[in-house]
Amino acid sequence: MAQTAFFITMGVMTLFWALVGGVVPWFIPKGPNKGVIVTMLVLTAVCCYLFWLIAILSQLNPLFGPALSNDTIWYLRYHWP
Amino acid sequence: MGALFRSEEVCLVQLFLQSGSAYNCVSELGELGLVEFRDLNTQVNSFQRKFISEVRRCEEMETTFAFLEQEIGRSLWPPLIGPLPVPSPAPFAPQPRELMAIEEESERLAWELREVSRNRDSLRSQLTLLSQYRGVLIQTHPLTASQAPPPPQSLETAALMDHRQDTRLCFVAGVVHPWKVPVFERLLWRACRGYIIVDFREMEQRLEVPETGEKVHWMVFLISFWGDQIGQKVKKICDCFHTHTFAYPEHTAEREEILIGLQNRIMDITTVLSQTEGYLQQLLARCVVALPRWKVSVAKCKAVQTVLNLCSPSVTDKCLIAEAWCPARKLLLLQSALIEGTRKSGSMVDSFYNRLPSPGSPPTLFTTNSFTSAFQSLVEAYGVAAYREINPAVFTIVTFPFLFAVMFGDVGHGLLMALAALWMIRQDTPKNIRSSNELWRLFYEGRFLILLMGLFSIYTGAIYNECFSKGLSLFPSGWHLQPMNWSDETLRGNQFLTLDPSVSGVFLGPYPFGIDPMWHLANNHLSFLNSYKMKMSVITGVLHMTFGVCLSFFNYSHRGQWSSVFLVLLPELLFLQSLFGYLLVLVVLKWLLFGPAASDTAPSILVHFINMFLMADSKDNTPLFSGQGQQHPLVTDTSSINTLHGDLERGEREEDEEVIEKFDAAEVFMEQAIHTIEFCLGCISNTASYLRLWALSLAHAQLSDVLWVMVMRISLSWQGMLGSVVLAVVFSLFALLTVSILLVMEGLSAFLHALRLHWVEFQHKFYSGTGYKLNPFSFSSIIDSL
Repeated sequence: MAQTAFFITMGVMTLFWALVGGVVPWFIPKGPNKGVIVTMLVLTAVCCYLFWLIAILSQLNPLFGPALSNDTIWYLRYHWP
Repeated sequence: MGALFRSEEVCLVQLFLQSGSAYNCVSELGELGLVEFRDLNTQVNSFQRKFISEVRRCEEMETTFAFLEQEIGRSLWPPLIGPLPVPSPAPFAPQPRELMAIEEESERLAWELREVSRNRDSLRSQLTLLSQYRGVLIQTHPLTASQAPPPPQSLETAALMDHRQDTRLCFVAGVVHPWKVPVFERLLWRACRGYIIVDFREMEQRLEVPETGEKVHWMVFLISFWGDQIGQKVKKICDCFHTHTFAYPEHTAEREEILIGLQNRIMDITTVLSQTEGYLQQLLARCVVALPRWKVSVAKCKAVQTVLNLCSPSVTDKCLIAEAWCPARKLLLLQSALIEGTRKSGSMVDSFYNRLPSPGSPPTLFTTNSFTSAFQSLVEAYGVAAYREINPAVFTIVTFPFLFAVMFGDVGHGLLMALAALWMIRQDTPKNIRSSNELWRLFYEGRFLILLMGLFSIYTGAIYNECFSKGLSLFPSGWHLQPMNWSDETLRGNQFLTLDPSVSGVFLGPYPFGIDPMWHLANNHLSFLNSYKMKMSVITGVLHMTFGVCLSFFNYSHRGQWSSVFLVLLPELLFLQSLFGYLLVLVVLKWLLFGPAASDTAPSILVHFINMFLMADSKDNTPLFSGQGQQHPLVTDTSSINTLHGDLERGEREEDEEVIEKFDAAEVFMEQAIHTIEFCLGCISNTASYLRLWALSLAHAQLSDVLWVMVMRISLSWQGMLGSVVLAVVFSLFALLTVSILLVMEGLSAFLHALRLHWVEFQHKFYSGTGYKLNPFSFSSIIDSL
């Protein structure tokens, strides 16, 4: 269950940024600014995808867990499943 | 790719301008703002140039205009709001006849203004004097009228008095500046003790002091004395204090006559003065209407004459030869401008141009629009690109806001920044474009940059899960409490309890977008976040620098320096990748392979890396992958050999190529050795420098957290009606502190650090920045500076 959720997330994000960086550039109309816009799209896609990827990979296999205060635990028991 | 990737091709052209149409051709080129003229007469003194008399004439006219503007500023009523308006459409550079007309009319206007001003000033001073006299007579009337008649003369006193020289009572009346009254009075008393009577009365009307023009209440004084010597002393003292003294008749009837005469004269002068003022205002209004056009015309004429001074006359003296830098794709435009200029001057013979080979390096030209100009100016603040070098500005459009956002990440703050930028973009009026407020112009010209910075900050803030320092839980958290099965006694007994991911059911998978919100509630959130952010910084840094090194490939291939590709680029890349690329691999492998089950035996990447350099081995540090122990020496050796080899080969190649010229082999080797050492050490220090991404994002998060806890949370916990009032007040304080500290201060700080990362760590890998900009001869820049 958790595995599939992870793969779905991975797939969706990869697909989205791949579209932005690889497919949309082909649809930019020719003009003096085409080069700049395509560079911007590709760079944005690469940077944002990488940033998200690092965030999710670093949380994939945590070596330790969060330390909560007892008040927080008491509150969360009844509010978060 | 586009005009922004490399600078445009610029070529040197030689213009042959016919003498009759030279002025018009150059003015056409000035309207277009196309070319930069080179100075061909560097050995000639500026006083000996050909068109120096015309330039002088224009400068004299400009002096006249300055005088006119000064008069407008001084005397125009109602005064002008703001500077003189810019004429639109702007007039063309004037032909000689127009110029003469402007000269005549401006000089005539200036002469008339001077005359009228002079008349007005003299009339004013006369009016002041007369009013002062009138004031003296009016104020001192009760004084002398009330004075007791002299005592009846008895025989003894008459005899005594006859012995004196003068026994008549004399008066000196006048006005003195009120500030000088105490000193005046004291001096009079000391000098003429007992022999004078002084009376001071303040005038009712305020009159102006002639030197400064400010209006004060003059003090009327009446000095009654007897004796001639006293009179001399009194007169000297009065002169010394710059008082105005008036003739003071003794009898009341005379005084009344003089008073009536004064009143009539004052009325006459007032009428004449008002008429003079009216005429002056008329003249000034004419100035205001005509002056802007004149200024622009004369400025254009002067600029054209200055450019003509740069040209050298040909042998036959029939045409002028000019050299200019022109963008290669605008040569046709240049030709049409020359044809137009020839047509305007009515000459039959065409001016033409001839392309020359460029000596040395041409200037760089980038065509930018209002969006890209901010980024281009960021790059150019470091150094203008050398001719046809890769321009980092194209990539800076995205990487700069991204690196800024990594350090600034907060959804709320990013949103505020983006909204502020959107507001600035909407303020597209000419008043804002040409505003004289330097600070506003700075922010206004960077409005698109700020917008991008805000938008990227929203994204990174969403991933850091920070919104005004609070976390958002859009998806269910990956950490679950129930499986830990803590009883109530455990809770009461311990203040802090740690979730253990190795217990099944506690950790069910990573949060799909960003950092899990559970970490915000945890006490040890910094332990996790620090590790995550540090690794993220190093990964970003290594990738950014690799990108920079790869960009130098384009520079080498453009210049045909293929040897450099193999001998400099490849060793650099190999060195970088074998050390820091390897580090990246280790980081990612540790993330993927080591989980909670192996948490107590997880390897330390730092120890592994250090051991790799020291070629040592720690027994209890688990290897990340099998065979890691053998890999390490291989990696280190590869990197060191590569760079040295590249260095030596480059040195040898240089030697081969420059065998004909005189050179120093040792120098070339030294240079390359320095470059190698610089690159290797630089890699290490630059990678560490990227850790500022971690440091600043940590600082920003902590600052906003402190602000929330110390300011907002206190007001939110007040109950009742009073609480709502307190909340309103405290919220305004919170908003003020957020904007001033977190947006402005932190924003500027993150901006500066992102800029440094770009200039030093990224651009140093491939950018030389040793060029100079093309500065075209353009009238619009001259008019803007008026």
